[in-house]
Amino acid sequence: MSAAGIIFSNVHDDNIRELTRARTIASVPFGCRYRFIDFTLSNMVNSDIHNISVITNNNYLSLMDHIGSGKDWDLARRSGGIKMLPPNVATFAYHSDSKSLSRLEALKGVVHSISKIKDEYVVLSDCDVICNIDLNDIIEYHAAEKADITLAVKKMVLTKETAKSNVILSSDEEGNVTDILTYPNNFEGETEVCLNLLVMRTDFLESIVLDSIARNYTSLTKDVIAKNIGRYNFKVYRYDGYFATIASMEDYFKYSMDLINDDNARESLFGVKNRPVLTKVRNSAPTYYSEDSKVKNSMIADGCVIEGTVENSILFRGVKIGRGTTVKNCILMQDTVIGENTLLNCVVSDKNVVVRDGIMLSGVESQPYYISKRKMI
Amino acid sequence: MYRKTECVAMLLAGGQGSRLYALTEKTAKPAVAFGGKYRIIDFPMSNCVNSGIYTVGVLTQYQPLLLNEYIGKGGPWDLDRAQSGVTLLPPYQAKNGADWYKGTANAIYQNLDFINRYDPDYVLVLSGDHIYKMDYDKMLKAHKETGADATIAVLEVTLEEASRFGIMNTDDNLKIIEFEEKPKHPKSTKASMGIYIFNKDALEKYLIMDEAKENSSNDFGKDVIPAMLNDGLKLYAYPFEGYWKDVGTIQSLWEANMDLLGSRPTFDLRDNDFRIFSRNEARPPHRMGAEGRVENSLVTEGCEIEGVVVNSVLSSGVKVKKGAVVRDSVIMSDVVIGEDSVVNYTIIDSDTVIGKDCVIGAEKADGIGVCVVAGGLAVADGTKVPEGAMADKEFFEKSSN
Repeated sequence: MSAAGIIFSNVHDDNIRELTRARTIASVPFGCRYRFIDFTLSNMVNSDIHNISVITNNNYLSLMDHIGSGKDWDLARRSGGIKMLPPNVATFAYHSDSKSLSRLEALKGVVHSISKIKDEYVVLSDCDVICNIDLNDIIEYHAAEKADITLAVKKMVLTKETAKSNVILSSDEEGNVTDILTYPNNFEGETEVCLNLLVMRTDFLESIVLDSIARNYTSLTKDVIAKNIGRYNFKVYRYDGYFATIASMEDYFKYSMDLINDDNARESLFGVKNRPVLTKVRNSAPTYYSEDSKVKNSMIADGCVIEGTVENSILFRGVKIGRGTTVKNCILMQDTVIGENTLLNCVVSDKNVVVRDGIMLSGVESQPYYISKRKMI
Repeated sequence: MYRKTECVAMLLAGGQGSRLYALTEKTAKPAVAFGGKYRIIDFPMSNCVNSGIYTVGVLTQYQPLLLNEYIGKGGPWDLDRAQSGVTLLPPYQAKNGADWYKGTANAIYQNLDFINRYDPDYVLVLSGDHIYKMDYDKMLKAHKETGADATIAVLEVTLEEASRFGIMNTDDNLKIIEFEEKPKHPKSTKASMGIYIFNKDALEKYLIMDEAKENSSNDFGKDVIPAMLNDGLKLYAYPFEGYWKDVGTIQSLWEANMDLLGSRPTFDLRDNDFRIFSRNEARPPHRMGAEGRVENSLVTEGCEIEGVVVNSVLSSGVKVKKGAVVRDSVIMSDVVIGEDSVVNYTIIDSDTVIGKDCVIGAEKADGIGVCVVAGGLAVADGTKVPEGAMADKEFFEKSSN
C-alpha cells in the first residue's frame, strides 16, 4: 500500500504566538535538537512514506532552512521526496490575504499538486502533534474498514480552556463517527480528541477538495466532515500511545519538561526501535562540562559548554552557561549564551539570546518568562 | 564528463595501525573512533572540504568494511557531488594480475588513471592517521609561490622527538636540501607530517620511475622524495603551526582525546568556522540523571549518565549507571558501565557491556599504563582488569579459566 504525505506547516500558528512570531508552527524548536515537523516527518519516513508535500503559507523561511534538500530525512530523491508548496497567489480558490489559513483552504490552493499524487493513499498531518506512531497501522485499518476518511483519536480529559483548541469526535463501538465538534467553547470532561492525523484515498481527497471549491466550504471538520456524517464512511482510529498536542506556551513548557521527568514520554518518543526521530544535522562538537559544572536531571544537546549549575532544564545545541550561574526549570534554545553569576528559573529563551552577567530572571511554570530571538538582556 | 580540477586529494586510508591492537582488529586505523563523535578520517576529509578541495580519492586496503560504509557516498562532508566528490579506491585486479598496495607511492601509482581523469595541476597526498585542522589551500598557495615541484608540510618538534620522524633539512628559504628518515642524530627539527603537494607531472614521472625500480619499497618518504632530491627537483617545506597529533599508539590516542578537554582545550573542535564533519546517527540528546555528575568531560548524543564521569570523553549512546565512576577514560559508542563499577585510565571500544562492581584499569599515575577493553564484549559482574592490560576476548576467556 503506497501512501503520500501532506503536512500543514502553518495551521495553529496562533496557538503559541511568541514562538511563531518569526516561524511556522512546524519549525518551532522542541526537545533539545528537534523542530515540531521532525516528529511528523520521521513518522512518515519511518512508515515508508517518501512522497511528502509541506504546505506553507507564511513565515516559512526557517522551515525551508531546516528542511533544505530533505537529505537528513532521506527525502532528497529524484522521484517523490519532499516538496514545499508555498502559496500560489494566482490560484483561483486561494485566499492569500488570510494569515491563518484553514487546512481545507490550503488544500484548495494546491489541488493541482494533489491530482498529481500517484500513491493510493494520503496521510494528512498537522505539526503540533508530537508522537512516534507507525502510520501503516492507520492506513491498514483504513483500508480494511473501506473508510472514506479515518481520523486518529485519543481519549483525553479536556478543560473548558483546552477544549477551545481541540476537535472532539464522538463515535460508536464500530468506530463510526457520529458527531464532530470543532473548537467548542462549552465543553469539558473526558472525550476522544482528534489528533489532526487523517488518512484517505488520494482520489477521495481530490474529490472533496474540488467539491469544497464548488460549495465554498472552508473547513475540513466543520464543513466536509460535519455535513457528511452518515453520507460518507468516517472512521476513528483509536491511538493509545504517548501523544503531546501543544496549543499554548504552558503546554509547550509542560511537554518539554515531560521529556526530562516522564520516562515513559521520553521512551515513547525516542526509544522506539527502528523508528528514530530524524532532524537536521548541525555537526556540533560534543558538549563540554567544566570542572565546576553541576548538572542534574536535564536533557542536553551537542555543542554546549557548561560551567555552571543546571537542573531540570532543556539545553539546545550550542548553549553556553557561565561560571557561578544557576539555571533551573529552563528551556534554552540554540546558541543561547548565559553569562556568569546569573540566576534563571522557568525561563524559555529563543535562539541566539544573550543574558549578561549577574542577571536574575524568573517566571512560573504556568507562565514561563519568554525571551525573544536574538534579544540581549 | 570530468571537469578539469586544479587539485585532487589522495587520502591514504589503508593502514592497519597495528599498534592500536584490539582497536584495529576489525577496522582500519582511519575508522577508529575519536573525540566522542568522530572517526580519525573525519579530520583530513573535513580539512579537504574546508579548504575547497572537493575531489578526494580514498585509498582503502586493510579491513575496509566499516571505512567504506562510513564514507559511503560522502554525504556528511558534502562530497556526494554530481561532478567529482569522494571516490573509494580499493586495490583491484588488472589485466596483468592483481596487486595489493605495496607502499604509499605504489598505492597512488595504481590510481594514476583516477587522477588523470580530472587533469589536475596538483595532487595533494594525505594520510588518514592524524588529528589536526589545516587549510590545505594556504599550503597550495605557498606551493605555487615558491614554484616548487613538491611541497611537504612540516611541524616543529623537539630534538628528542625528531629521531622518530622524517626530518627535512632546509635552507633559509625553506628549500629542502636533505631528507632523513628517522635520523639518529637529527640536524633539524622540521618533521614531515605526511602531507605532500606535488605538481602532477612530476609526481606521475617519479611514480612511474619508482615502480620500475626493483628493490624500491614504493614509499614516498623512503623512495620518491629522496629520488626527487637527488635529481635536483625543487622541494620546499611548508611550516604548519597548530595542533597535529599522530594517533598511532594507544597512549597517543588517549592523549589526543584528553587534548579536547578544558575550557580552553589544546585542540578546539568548537570553532564554527572550521567544523569537523562526521556521519551522524539519529540519536536523542544526552540525558543527565538526578544523581549524575560530570566534570571536565565531553558528552554527546544518546548518552545517559546516572553515575560520575571525570576527565573523560564519552561517545554516543554510552550509559553510565548509578554508582559507577569513569575517570581519565575514553569510552566509545554504546558502551554500558554497570552499577558501582569503576573505570580508570582506560579506553573501552564500542558495544562492550561492563557488568556491575567491575574494576577496570587503575588510577592514573606514573608507571601506570592505559588499559584497553576491546569492543563487543560482555564483561561479567565483579571482573577486575589490571592497568595496562589489553583485554580482548581471549584475555577474558583465559582469566575466567
